[in-house]
Amino acid sequence: MTIISAKYCRNNKDTTNITIEAVVDGETLFIPLDPDNKHYQAILEWVAEGNTIAEAD
Amino acid sequence: MTKAAELAKMGEVITNSQIGGRRNIIINGSASVNQRGDSTGVTADGYYGPDRWAYKTEGEETVSISQASDGPDGFANSYKVEVTTADSTIAADDYARVETRLEGQNLQHLKYGASGAESITLSFYVKSSVTGTYALGFYSADGSRNIGSTYTISSANTWEYKTLTFAGDTSGTINDDNGEALRIWFLLSAGSNFTSSDNTSWAGYSDSRVAYGHTTNVIGTSSATWQITGVQLEVGEQATPFEHRSFGEELALCQRYYQKITGSDSIYVATTTEGISRINGMWTTTMRSTPTSTIDSGWNVANLNNMYQAYNSSGTSTFPNITADSEL
Repeated sequence: MTIISAKYCRNNKDTTNITIEAVVDGETLFIPLDPDNKHYQAILEWVAEGNTIAEAD
Repeated sequence: MTKAAELAKMGEVITNSQIGGRRNIIINGSASVNQRGDSTGVTADGYYGPDRWAYKTEGEETVSISQASDGPDGFANSYKVEVTTADSTIAADDYARVETRLEGQNLQHLKYGASGAESITLSFYVKSSVTGTYALGFYSADGSRNIGSTYTISSANTWEYKTLTFAGDTSGTINDDNGEALRIWFLLSAGSNFTSSDNTSWAGYSDSRVAYGHTTNVIGTSSATWQITGVQLEVGEQATPFEHRSFGEELALCQRYYQKITGSDSIYVATTTEGISRINGMWTTTMRSTPTSTIDSGWNVANLNNMYQAYNSSGTSTFPNITADSEL
């Protein structure tokens, strides 16, 4: 699983981050902030390697 | 087999409750559900083609994976791997395999970790252009243990029926949760790192116990094929006839792990006065866990395991295509 980029997304009623929009293996995925989700686990590993999840727009 | 032996076997099957209730633990064992569609140019791990079956590789090959419209009598479909670019040299750490993963809370009746751990029998139809000895095995994720065996394809391009029985794992464990508990893998190729240690009884996992006895190399030949269907895993020491389920029933089982909503410009999306299009919906089936989604460009989507919310700040009126993935 190759992660190119990741950015938080908020719901549009407040400033809570609710998901991550990430480009993974060339595809745009919406990844829940759920420790049981395999893509979120991969994002956390990617962050541990020194990468950063961009803040929401 | 004598009549007496037949009756004895039937008695054993009845005693083990194999003919009562649902027998087959495998989902989409007949490859009838193919939500993702066929894939060409496959070079990396992932779910391609028929649902619930993943392709895993450390080789340099390229393959196509499809729902083939052929099978043995009584089966309309099979899961098919076709090599389009061969990996002629299998390095020690190369492998290619097809696997399916099973959820722990569905396997509590196997009683792993208890003295009464149940034997299981795996049966399937297989066809390949490459004859020889193939390894298959089970990986028990919660205890990181595995067991394996081999089967032989005797005639090229001919459907053959195989059954193998495995002892229950009295030292294993299967957590009662929605995580992966048991993985079943069918090796297509295996380098020497995976074949050197006997794996015919349950023990702690090691790479060398993955493919003991495997001698064939499907991915080493361009245009080589390997197909499987009628996969059944059941409690007991006897293989019973494949449990055919209706398409709708099998689809619903698959949708717990992956589902796809097909968009349409005939289904209009409401737009707010601020110009934001918004959809709130329920997944067809409650998913195993909160899924990862794809959605058409311009949309955002957030999920729970039973519902989703999508919005598009550009105010489109076309219902988008959405996928949800909570595969193990």
